[in-house]
Amino acid sequence: MIKFIEYLQTQRRKTVVMVCYILLVIIATFAAMVDKHHAHTWVEQHIPFFWSIFGFCAAAAIIGIARWYGKAGIQQPEDYYEHSIWLDDSEE
Amino acid sequence: MTGSFIHPALIMIIGALLIPFIRGPLRKPYLILVPLLAMGAVISNNSLTGTFATYQFMDWQLVFGRVDRLSSIFASIMALMAVIGTLYGMHVERTGEHMAAWFYVAGSLGTIYAGDYITVYLFWEMMAFGSVFLIWFRDRPQSLQVGYRYILVHIFGGVVLLFGIMLRYRAVGNIEFSLLDVSNPELYTWLIMAGFALNAAVVPLHSWLPDAYSEASFNGAVFMCAFTTKTAVYTLARSCAGMDILVLLGVIMALYGVIYAVMENDIRKLLAWSIVSQVGYMVAGVGIGTELAINGAAAHAVVHILYKSLLFMGTGSVLYMTGKTKFTELGGLYKKMPYTFILTVVGCLSISAAPFFAAYVSKSMIIGAGFETHLNWASWLLMFGATGTFMYNGLKLPYFLFFGKNNCSEETWQKAADPTWNMMAAMTLGAVLCIYVGSAPGVLYSMLPYPVHYDPFTAYHLAETLQILGFASLAFFFLKKYLEPVDRICLDMDWFYRKGGLFFLWVAKNPIQWFDTAWSEVYRVVGLRTLMTTSKFWSWFDWHAIDGVIDGFARLVRGIGGRLRVLQSGQIQYTMYFAASFAAVVLIAYILLQLS
Repeated sequence: MIKFIEYLQTQRRKTVVMVCYILLVIIATFAAMVDKHHAHTWVEQHIPFFWSIFGFCAAAAIIGIARWYGKAGIQQPEDYYEHSIWLDDSEE
Repeated sequence: MTGSFIHPALIMIIGALLIPFIRGPLRKPYLILVPLLAMGAVISNNSLTGTFATYQFMDWQLVFGRVDRLSSIFASIMALMAVIGTLYGMHVERTGEHMAAWFYVAGSLGTIYAGDYITVYLFWEMMAFGSVFLIWFRDRPQSLQVGYRYILVHIFGGVVLLFGIMLRYRAVGNIEFSLLDVSNPELYTWLIMAGFALNAAVVPLHSWLPDAYSEASFNGAVFMCAFTTKTAVYTLARSCAGMDILVLLGVIMALYGVIYAVMENDIRKLLAWSIVSQVGYMVAGVGIGTELAINGAAAHAVVHILYKSLLFMGTGSVLYMTGKTKFTELGGLYKKMPYTFILTVVGCLSISAAPFFAAYVSKSMIIGAGFETHLNWASWLLMFGATGTFMYNGLKLPYFLFFGKNNCSEETWQKAADPTWNMMAAMTLGAVLCIYVGSAPGVLYSMLPYPVHYDPFTAYHLAETLQILGFASLAFFFLKKYLEPVDRICLDMDWFYRKGGLFFLWVAKNPIQWFDTAWSEVYRVVGLRTLMTTSKFWSWFDWHAIDGVIDGFARLVRGIGGRLRVLQSGQIQYTMYFAASFAAVVLIAYILLQLS
């Protein structure tokens, strides 16, 4: 199995990508054809490819929010709690 | 008391106490036997209904065995988890770790079967004290600190819970563990909810979870991920079902966990944030309160235990073999740990609610319940969160751990391999169950508290899920570089009490210490010095004055004696001269006296 994955990664990269795109098209077509009467809300029933757009936008939004939040000061170096104005650093 | 109720917690406790006496070749079979016995007890209890094992203790009726559908389903999955977890860690030498884990399990099972608040509290604390050892046994320099933070937070939660229990007893007059009056909450309702919510890692009482679970031993984390939080979900479902604020809190948890997990560098801390997120779904379900919602919460708890333990087992294997847990020190591991990779991916697909994998049959129940009760905002946000779950758990974790850039050092790469047979067996069992539950949920559904009219295998559900998974993956691969892990920690609510703790230490070392030193100085200057000065004076007086008088007098006598000695010349003529003179003087004086 390992050899197979390596083979796909190195020799057949373009094929893998192609297959993925085809899968996405299949999913989208399936979505367009499926019976939407069980859907709970108006938007689900009337906007075509609703969940595809939702999935893509939600993923992008989450990546964006996380990146902004991290950069805004939540991400800190590993030893953040070891150094502090309240600690006498010369002790360490 | 009717029927034959066997308390599985008793089996686990007695089993734990006997472990130190079982050595050598008997140990491994014994380790597997005890949780299996406990599971047998639970299965046998599942056919009963009612209250068992009741005891009168002072004014109170303690109920150790309350069996109904809700407690049965939770007890079943906990017992199963005890088997899987013990199998995974069977080769761990340290006896204490097995004992701690089994006491922890006993605490969970005891809480689930408890029918009164005092029993709940007893087993609640047993869970906390059992599990803290699973952190301390990691034996890293910081493990001690993390464990202390964990136990202090949990003691605080326990005290809040106890406070609520006592207030409720004063108000209501009994200690029955049943549904609180959630539409008219009193102070004690909030306190009890808060006490349970802390164990469920409800935001803002959640920071202990990522802190502790990433620091637990490789085996301990597998136990910890299942018991504390899901037992808390059970207690919330039992006492606070339908409490509206839980919907809001659950949604906040679900989203908060997602954002932090996306930022996280440590593979097990990412999974811990994932727990916060997934328990959010359960808490929201409990808050919604309808039959479908409670069913969804219970079902999601069961499948969550299965796939989360599988994920912790997979990442635990990476930790066990390589000693590393950060994306920035790992990567490309599919080549060296292929079976771990496959089994972990089963877990990743399960949490992402991929069709025919575990969460496919449970997550949508909660979301559906939200839409049905017209809490649309909650369901939309939970779907948003579900996309996020797939992102960090279904894409980021497997990609950056098993594929991606290979950040392994030479040594790490050498050590990486598939782990021992028992770890692989436990993971395989978990994976098989995930796929089974996801494809044939009939057994699970038949155990849910309320009758199930829900069918997850509709074409619409399939289309919805595939679209989300497919197009979120597309976004992931385009935006991959923004998700590259960095060697950083993420600050969270624990900032307040960690910085607060440092501040408290600073206050102790500086102002308070200054005052203590200053007071000692005053004591020295005023008190001691005065005393010493006074005693010095008296000492001087004694030496110079009193002794001076005595010695002076002695010197005077000696001086006179010295002078007089001169007169004693030793020559007879001077002695006769003085004697005759003296006699003449006396004679003349006598005569003169007589004449006058």
